[in-house]
Amino acid sequence: MRAPREHHRQVVRCTPFHSRTSRANVLNLWHRWRDHTVADAYFDVSLEYTALRNSCAVFDLSPMTKHRVTGPDALAFLNRLVTRDVAKIRPGRVGYCVWCDDRGQVIDDGTIFRLEENVFRLCSQERQLDWLSRSALGFDVAIREETEEVAALALQGPTSAAVLKALGLAGVEALRPFAMRGFPFAGGELLVSRTGFTGDLGYELWIAPERAEALWDRLFEAGELYGIKPMGTHALEMSRIEAGFIQAGVDFLPADRAVRADRTRSPFELGLDWLVDFNKPNFTGRRSLLEEQRRGSRYRLVRLDVEGNKPAKDAYVYDDRRNVIGAVTSSMWSPMAKASIALASVARPWGRPGDELWAEIYYQKELKWNRLNARCRVVEGAFYAPERRQATPPPDR
Amino acid sequence: MTEAGRTVVIGAGHNGLVAAAYLARAGRRVVVLEAAGHVGGAAVTREFAPRFKVSSVAHLAHLLDPSIVRELDLGRHGLVFARETLRTVALDAEGEALVLDGDRIVAGPVAAGDRAAYAAFIGRMRRFAGLLGRQHRRVPPRLAWQSWTEALPAAALGLAIRRLGREDMREFLRIVTMPIYDVLEESFESPLLKGAIALDAVLGTRLGARSGNTVFSYLHRLSGAAYGAARGPALPRGGVGAVTDALAAAARLAGAEIRLACPVAAIVVAGDRAAGVRLEDGEFVDADTVVSSADPKTTLLGLLGARHLETEFAQRIHHLRTTGTAAKLHLALAELPAFRGVAAEHAGERLVISPSATYADEAFNPAKYRRYSEQPVLEITLPTVHDATLAPAGQHVLSAIVQYAPRDLDGGWDAARGPFRELLLALLERHAPGIRGQVLAAELLTPADIERDYRISGGHWHHAELTIDQALMLRPVPGAAQYAMPLAGLYLCGAGCHPGGGLIGAAGRNAARVIVEGGA
Repeated sequence: MRAPREHHRQVVRCTPFHSRTSRANVLNLWHRWRDHTVADAYFDVSLEYTALRNSCAVFDLSPMTKHRVTGPDALAFLNRLVTRDVAKIRPGRVGYCVWCDDRGQVIDDGTIFRLEENVFRLCSQERQLDWLSRSALGFDVAIREETEEVAALALQGPTSAAVLKALGLAGVEALRPFAMRGFPFAGGELLVSRTGFTGDLGYELWIAPERAEALWDRLFEAGELYGIKPMGTHALEMSRIEAGFIQAGVDFLPADRAVRADRTRSPFELGLDWLVDFNKPNFTGRRSLLEEQRRGSRYRLVRLDVEGNKPAKDAYVYDDRRNVIGAVTSSMWSPMAKASIALASVARPWGRPGDELWAEIYYQKELKWNRLNARCRVVEGAFYAPERRQATPPPDR
Repeated sequence: MTEAGRTVVIGAGHNGLVAAAYLARAGRRVVVLEAAGHVGGAAVTREFAPRFKVSSVAHLAHLLDPSIVRELDLGRHGLVFARETLRTVALDAEGEALVLDGDRIVAGPVAAGDRAAYAAFIGRMRRFAGLLGRQHRRVPPRLAWQSWTEALPAAALGLAIRRLGREDMREFLRIVTMPIYDVLEESFESPLLKGAIALDAVLGTRLGARSGNTVFSYLHRLSGAAYGAARGPALPRGGVGAVTDALAAAARLAGAEIRLACPVAAIVVAGDRAAGVRLEDGEFVDADTVVSSADPKTTLLGLLGARHLETEFAQRIHHLRTTGTAAKLHLALAELPAFRGVAAEHAGERLVISPSATYADEAFNPAKYRRYSEQPVLEITLPTVHDATLAPAGQHVLSAIVQYAPRDLDGGWDAARGPFRELLLALLERHAPGIRGQVLAAELLTPADIERDYRISGGHWHHAELTIDQALMLRPVPGAAQYAMPLAGLYLCGAGCHPGGGLIGAAGRNAARVIVEGGA
């Protein structure tokens, strides 16, 4: 007889850092992320963002959905699941990936941590246990969601490496982007990966929940002279748009949630061609994606440099003959790029680099609505990509 | 395809042999690999007791496509029918018997209005069945809504339904998904008549008379008339193995090589296409086309492996309903048994024990809960009445399909086999007093035995339940109904494909046509 499960009594839970984040959250601003309470902002969104880009900022990413994939077929399973070649992610490395349904439409994106030869952690934006379990048919593999078993912080920004050194993590500066290694910490292990969602120099710190508070405390102690600040999701959102990263449910609709077949996107339509490896003989979506490659894609995800200083929030995107060809999915005024920037999905053939498009922007001034047709230029790459994010060893500030 | 390319056909059942014969006739280099030491698959004549032979799984041939018989000249290869159109004799507990001969009720206890009603009913059902039967020789349409040209075959199917005429179309659409029970209640009064028809609607399925889709499975049984198959159950001389023996001879004549006792262990994949098969003894047989007459689960999840498929497709195959419920009882008898109420001239007809539609439904109930029927339904043949080749002179063979004996029996079949066989013998004894004393040998094949011996998932005759959601362009699963599987170079050609089981042969020929026309 199984013990009765009491999980339903508390629908929204706190993260292992809650005793610390709640003290830091002087604005008392919270929202629900995957059934966990997390801070929108702690003291001031602009200052949190400024800390991220100029010193460093700490983000509680514990609610990120994490799965542990183990067993003799773990690699084969993941290679059938995602579009890229997981064999190229060596033990001790991390890889960004997407996975699709049979129609080649993106279900979710995430990161694969190859902890050991046959031990992987798969982080995803959405809950994926159901899809992973269904995909496991015929594989000798064990899949477990371990979201609650691993607490995690992102430490991002130019002084992040210096803070980790001050924390006593000798040799952390040798970590290359997308590498990871463990360090002894408080009688256990602290796993540090050089990864993040900000497009900046940064690390993600993975630790057992019982050592979470100690990690927070010692991190802020070590970072005091390096301008360390807590950062909520608003500031993170700004940085990820500047980095040009996409988000499930915002920039694309997870295929398993779509009711209308034309609302989903393939990796090609999200600018993720580089993640699709047709040299792999099989992965879910391969046949459809081969067909799409032959036939041509319908959409293109574009990064837009929008004229003027108004964020192109939810704007329709037009071609030069006033036809609606798409819509903005993410937008902001970028303090680093000093530009109004946006991610948008547009119908092909539009959206080629250099194409001139138009965004129809509505904005309010003192309760009066104004409309603006802003010229947009399609740009390639991130809006903000500091060299330090790639440098190994990274600069101390 | 390169000139040297070889086509491997997995399984020498009737569909595998039909595919092999047509492929060889089209100039393919064909090798058939059969696990057993003989051809036939589930259409085989086997000595089950010394000097007693029986059609081991399928025991009647009434849907076999006569154009295949003609084109492959199966008559010249030894196929002769001992009896073309068996009558049906329905037995009841009181020792009365109802005799059906084609469209007529010949004799028996039947309500006054039921004779005319039966003729009208059968006439209408044959028209409806004709609609299905005419689809047998066609490759099912794709449901590809992006392209109207690809949707045309689907439109043609719709048009065929429309051509039934207003009244028939309405009636067809009304009843095609219905339980046979409800249609029988609308049509007849006589319990024995309703029971006999209900048996035909549930035979070989995991459905009871009150289950949806049983009108559809009944229509499938009647579908042969549309393309000139026998209008009733037929007995090949020498058992149904005569059909597959003739097919094997035709395939060999066309140039196909048939290798026996060569069980395939795996379909070998190179890159993103099939490259051949590996036998259980380790031998690799290269091929650029692999055609499997094994069932979809065995082929795709067993021999190929889900890892070579995409997730949703593998899941659809995984969730095919394949639980068999039909067992076979074989008796070697010292003399011809005397069934109560059956006239001597009817002794060799098809005898059915299903005294009412309610009985046929209640017999199913235990199977839902993984138990066997205490009061099963039976379809009994005594082929030796028409065919002296199967038993020593004066002695007889009884072959009965028995339902319901679920593959997934609670506790397994090892312990239940004996009690279930006793139950069947006791039931037969009530209908044919003295039969127990005539039994020289008895054999019970449960679906578990059929699964093991004939390598059919779930021991299911049709390889997958034949219901509307698993029929036509949805068979075996949506998106793979055109015989080509998602892995390039791999095809299915067995009962798991359109038009399903029942010893038709059309799946094998349709698959061969797709392969030849596709030039794969």
